[in-house]
Amino acid sequence: MSSQIIASSASTVVARALSEQERHEIDHELTLYPDKRAVGLEALKIVQKHQGWVSDESLHAVANYLEMSAHELDGVATFFNLIFRQPVGRRVMLFCDSVSCYIMGCDRIKAHISKRLGIDYGETTADGEYTLIPVPCLGDCDRAPVMLMDGEQQRNLTPEKIDALLSRTDAAKTDAADKGDA
Amino acid sequence: MSDRPLTRNIDMRREPFNLQQYRQAEGYGAVLRMLREQAPADVLETVKNSGLKGRGGAGFPTGLKWSFVPTGEGAPKTKYLVVNADEMEPGTFKDRLLMEGDPHLLIEGMIIAAYTIQASTAYIFLRGEYLRAEKLLRQAIAEAREAGLLGPNIQGSGFSLEIILHTSAGRYICGEETALLNALEGKRANPRAKPPFPQVSGLWGKPTIVNNVETICNLPGIVRYGIDWYKKLGKGADAGTKLCGVSGRVKNPGCWELPLGTPIRELLEERAGGMSDGYALRAFLPGGGSTDFLLPEHLDLTLDYDVIGKAGSRLATGTMIILDDQTCPVGMVGNLMRFFSHESCGWCTPCRDGLPWVDAIFQRLERGEGRHEDLDILTEHLTYLGPGRTFCALAPGAMAPLGSALKHFREDFEAHIGSGGCPWPK
Repeated sequence: MSSQIIASSASTVVARALSEQERHEIDHELTLYPDKRAVGLEALKIVQKHQGWVSDESLHAVANYLEMSAHELDGVATFFNLIFRQPVGRRVMLFCDSVSCYIMGCDRIKAHISKRLGIDYGETTADGEYTLIPVPCLGDCDRAPVMLMDGEQQRNLTPEKIDALLSRTDAAKTDAADKGDA
Repeated sequence: MSDRPLTRNIDMRREPFNLQQYRQAEGYGAVLRMLREQAPADVLETVKNSGLKGRGGAGFPTGLKWSFVPTGEGAPKTKYLVVNADEMEPGTFKDRLLMEGDPHLLIEGMIIAAYTIQASTAYIFLRGEYLRAEKLLRQAIAEAREAGLLGPNIQGSGFSLEIILHTSAGRYICGEETALLNALEGKRANPRAKPPFPQVSGLWGKPTIVNNVETICNLPGIVRYGIDWYKKLGKGADAGTKLCGVSGRVKNPGCWELPLGTPIRELLEERAGGMSDGYALRAFLPGGGSTDFLLPEHLDLTLDYDVIGKAGSRLATGTMIILDDQTCPVGMVGNLMRFFSHESCGWCTPCRDGLPWVDAIFQRLERGEGRHEDLDILTEHLTYLGPGRTFCALAPGAMAPLGSALKHFREDFEAHIGSGGCPWPK
C-alpha cells in the first residue's frame, strides 16, 4: 500500500479540466471568503458532488484553480472523512457506530448489512452500488441506531428495515433497467 | 414570555417557522429595538450580567468571553463571529433540534452577538452530515436578507452583517474552536496554540468569537425579556434553561428544554420515561462522551454546572448517555476509546500515540488477550493524556469516561482478563 502511495505521488498527474458548472460553483464560494485557499474544502466537495469522488486529476485541477499546491490540498482532502479519494458506490451508507448506537445494537445491524451486501467498512459492492463507511455520531441518538444514505437519515434501524431499504433500492434499479434508462 | 425560550417555536412534526411566522411570534422585534436603542457595550453588559454560560461543553461565561475582544479606536476593523455547529460529541443531539426546529432563532441570536463585538461577517460552521439543517438555514438566511434583517445597514441602523454558511466534511476535532478556525481557513483542522486566544487573534488573525449554537440561541430571549427574567428561568445557581437529552435503553429517548437546576431524576424518569422494560440503570454519562460516569446514587443531583462538577463529572453538552445493566461497560468505553482514537487529529504525540494504544488494549480485552498489566497501562494513560499534557482537550476528554469506568467497573475489566474475552452475551 505504501509503495502505491509513493508511486502515485511521484508520477506526473495531468489535471483534468473543471467543468463550467464546477467552476461556476467554486467561483461563488470564492466570493464568500477573503482568500482562495479557504475555499479548498468547499471546492473538493463541489467536485465530488459532480464526479462522485476526488481523483488525482480532480485534485490537481482544484489546486491549480485555487493557486495552491496539490500536496497541500491533498493534506486537507485526506483529513476529512467525507472527501473520498477513492471511487465509491452510487449509494454511500454513512453508518453511525458511536456510543448511543453501540448501546442500541448497531453492531448487529452492521453485521446484517455486511452479510447482505458482502462488504465490510470501507468497501464497495462488486456492482458499484453500495459503499459502507462508519461515521462519528450522527447526532440522532434518541433514534439510534442510525445511518445516512442518499441524503436521508435512516433511524431506529433494524435488520428488517435494512432489508426493506435495500429491496426498495434494488426494485428502483430493476424498474429503471426495465425502462431502458439504467 | 415563555419559560422555554429555546424551543417555544419548535414542533418537529411540522416545518419550522418561516420569517413571517417567526416575526408573528415576536421574532426579531427585540433585536431591531436593540439596534436602534442600545450601544454594543450595553448589550455586552446585559449578556455578562445574565449569567449565560457557553452551552457547547466547556461552560465558560459568554459575556466574559466576548469582553476580551478589543474595542474602541485602536481595535482592528475586521472582526468575526463564528457559530460552532459542528455537533459531533458522541451522544449529543441538541443543536440539530435548534437548527432544524427554529433556524431564525439562531440568526436572530447571531445578529445580537455580531453587533455586540461589531463583527460584520459571521460564519456558521455546520457539520457536513446535517443536510436538513443546511437546507433550512440557507432558506432562513435568504429570507432574512431579503427582508433587510441581514446585509448592509440593517433597517437603517448603520450596522451591517452577512452570514455565511460553511459546511464541513466530518472530523470531531473541528468542534475544538481553534481547530475549527483552521478548518474554516481551508487548512487541516489541527488546534492552535493558545495564547493568542481567538478573541484577540482568530480567523485570518482577526479578533473572533466562537460560540456554540445553543449559546447563541439563548441571546434573543435575554435581550427581549431581560436578565431578571433569564435568571429566574433557572431553578438553582445557574441562569436560564438547557437542552437536555437522554439516549440509550430508556422508554422515551429524546431532547427537552429544562430549567437549569432540574433534578437529573426528573429528566430520566419523567421526560425519558425511565428505563425500558427489563433494563436497569447501571450508570450514565451526564453530558456526552467526554464526561465522567455518574451512578444511580447521583440521580437526585441537579443539572447545574457546579453541582455536576462537584460530583466529579461535567454537565458539558447536557445530553445523557445511559449505561444499562445488560450492556458491557468495557464494551461501551471501548467504543468511546475507538472513537477518540480515530478522531485524534495527530498533531500532538500523547494523543496521537496514546489513544491508539488505549484502543488496542480494549480490543485485546474484548478478544480475551487482555493481561493484568493492561489495566495499569490504562491507568497510566489517565495521567499522560490528562489535562495539561496534550495540545487540546480531546484526549483529556477521552480520559474522563475511561478513568471513571476503571473506578466504578473494575470488576468488569477484571472479568475480561483470563476468561476468553468479553463475558457479556452479544
